[in-house]
Amino acid sequence: MAKSAEQEHPTKAFGWAATDTSGVLSPFKFSRRETGEKDVRFKVLYCGICHSDLHMAKNDWGTSTYPIVPGHEIVGIVTEVGSKVGKFKVGDRVGVGCMVGACHSCDSCDNDLENYCPKMVFTYSAPYHDGTTTYGGYSDVMVAEERYVVRIPDNLPLDAGAPLLCAGITVYSPLQHFGLTKPGMHIGVVGLGGLGHVAVKFAKGFGVKVTVISTSPSKKKEAIEHLGADYFLVSRDPDQMQAAMGTMDGIIDTVSAVHPLLPLIGLLKSQGKLVMVGAPNRPLELPVFPLIMGRKVVAGSCIGGMKETQEMIDFAGKHNITADVEVIPMDYVNTAMERLEKADVRYRFVIDIGNTLKSA
Amino acid sequence: MVKSPEEEHPQKAFGWAARDPSGTLSPFHFSRRENGDEDVTVKILYCGVCHSDLHSVKNEWGITRYPIVPGHEIVGIVIQLGNNVKKFKRGDRVGVGVLVGSCKTCETCQQDLENYCPSMIFTYNSTSQDGTRTYGGYSDIVVVDQRYVLRIPDNMPLDAGAPLLCAGITVYSPMKYYGMTEPGKHLGVAGLGGLGHVAVKLGKAFGLKVTVISTSPNKEDEAINKLGADCFLLSTNPEKVQAALGTMDYIIDTVSAIHSLGPLLAMLKLNGKLITVGLPDKPLELPIFPLVMGRKLIGGSDIGGIKETQEMLDFCAKHNITADIELIQMDYINTAMKRLSKSDVKYRFVIDVANSLSQ
Repeated sequence: MAKSAEQEHPTKAFGWAATDTSGVLSPFKFSRRETGEKDVRFKVLYCGICHSDLHMAKNDWGTSTYPIVPGHEIVGIVTEVGSKVGKFKVGDRVGVGCMVGACHSCDSCDNDLENYCPKMVFTYSAPYHDGTTTYGGYSDVMVAEERYVVRIPDNLPLDAGAPLLCAGITVYSPLQHFGLTKPGMHIGVVGLGGLGHVAVKFAKGFGVKVTVISTSPSKKKEAIEHLGADYFLVSRDPDQMQAAMGTMDGIIDTVSAVHPLLPLIGLLKSQGKLVMVGAPNRPLELPVFPLIMGRKVVAGSCIGGMKETQEMIDFAGKHNITADVEVIPMDYVNTAMERLEKADVRYRFVIDIGNTLKSA
Repeated sequence: MVKSPEEEHPQKAFGWAARDPSGTLSPFHFSRRENGDEDVTVKILYCGVCHSDLHSVKNEWGITRYPIVPGHEIVGIVIQLGNNVKKFKRGDRVGVGVLVGSCKTCETCQQDLENYCPSMIFTYNSTSQDGTRTYGGYSDIVVVDQRYVLRIPDNMPLDAGAPLLCAGITVYSPMKYYGMTEPGKHLGVAGLGGLGHVAVKLGKAFGLKVTVISTSPNKEDEAINKLGADCFLLSTNPEKVQAALGTMDYIIDTVSAIHSLGPLLAMLKLNGKLITVGLPDKPLELPIFPLVMGRKLIGGSDIGGIKETQEMLDFCAKHNITADIELIQMDYINTAMKRLSKSDVKYRFVIDVANSLSQ
């Protein structure tokens, strides 16, 4: 007989889980494995709320396994390390992002691209190799293999650093991979939410010129004055869009809603690259003529490998880049999800797990 | 008063033109400019029939101005040289492709990428610097600035070499630019027409494994036995498609018909590249999830610069690559266009201009 969530592992754990497609979260007792020889166990202090958490809690993608404890922007303090762990010790400030496992023997894994391994294991709602389902960071304790743990630089606050573990790497990886980091380049960022606002900060950290492209004129002041963007383009204003045609070396598109690609392709210079990191759940229309006439590229990117994630966090530490967060108590999470659905947050909710997650 | 095509330039010329969106071509008297200091005059021997010629004569892209003399796969012999022309001499075997002009001063021109110059002038249906319209190679002579004239290598037959001037460079350029030339890698070629069959030959010359992806089962035998492809994938066979998922490093999509990019994307490996060179007249369906989950990319490419076109011709000559052609008489052209619209050609019509274009 299958063991209950509370019994399947030896150590008690507590968190909040969604139990059905309403996506409503509530207190949930479960368990974590013992700290294995390659494992790092840490007390969770904060966990960012990624839009994916909302999608998964409601089973929008059809891949959720209930009960689901979301959360893949997890930070805390190490409480125990396995005997073969070399990189971390008790007391270290660490984080875990979107993955907790992979095959470690394929080409992708060999190239430090665990995120593209066909057997990659997501931090929550995924089958782990011990046959159990993974539970994420809306919980008090986390156990993960050392390979999937990153060190948070001393100068980065844990709460504002947490979202970098997903939002951060999701935009950092394509900026690097597609060569959009050369000083003097002009990069567009479409959408100013969790991903978009971090993309602006990283791009400025690389020394490129940044234009935010948004449907909301109300975001302009903050984009320029607070986030450091150089320009702001209202995508619904045809004159503004026309004036910006053919001016960008690259665009990071963080928007998950279905939207037209033609105007964005028009903003690219010849040989420019449009990189999608939001994933609309219906196909978009690709106008081929402008792609061909300008030798332009439309590409996709999905989070990043572990080596790259550590590199990203270190870069953030060096340039003092963190997310703009609204820290919330655990029991606010359902309201936060409702607000997130309406994009009513500047720009990431982070759950104060350490101080507000109280077991029953 | 605007001069007629016959009168606007000093040299008489004769060709076949379409005069309305029916696309029907018929004899047409016009004129060419005097051979200037930078110019080369070419007596046209052969001209390939590109699918773009068909799109253009019927105004399918909405940009045609009639009368239109198509043809941008032009080969012939130099009969006149301008004073500043040193790289050619009379009697040289030369070609003219899709471009006859550009600004020469912008960044792209300076990088030998005249094909991406915002002021690029097409061989036909464009406006020259002197304000007159350009007329293409379904004609007896053409006068072109030396920068845009290519040398046809000595061992390359002119008739079978002509299609390389558009079809050839259109697939060669992206294969080089997007790094699709690593020996041992796996290339898919979607569509086996004028572009596709040359892509197969180039792919084999680069040392790639080549799979033809096609909706036509009757093309399999030739794809493997004549063109040298390693595999043939009938894209309407779900089992074969399933087996091909995640197996290709690159795909060149030469298909201009409307099709979803989803199945092709799924055939790519991680970091795979889908390069689109066909020109459908409506947007294509693009699922984003597979792009994101596999860090795949879709890139466009448009012909190639002149330097690159010469490089391509020299590469093809070295590897004995030419197009597979059906040589036709000028007065067969309307029938050829009808057959082309049904993809009934293996794989490019070439007009025997010198022997059949008579006034």
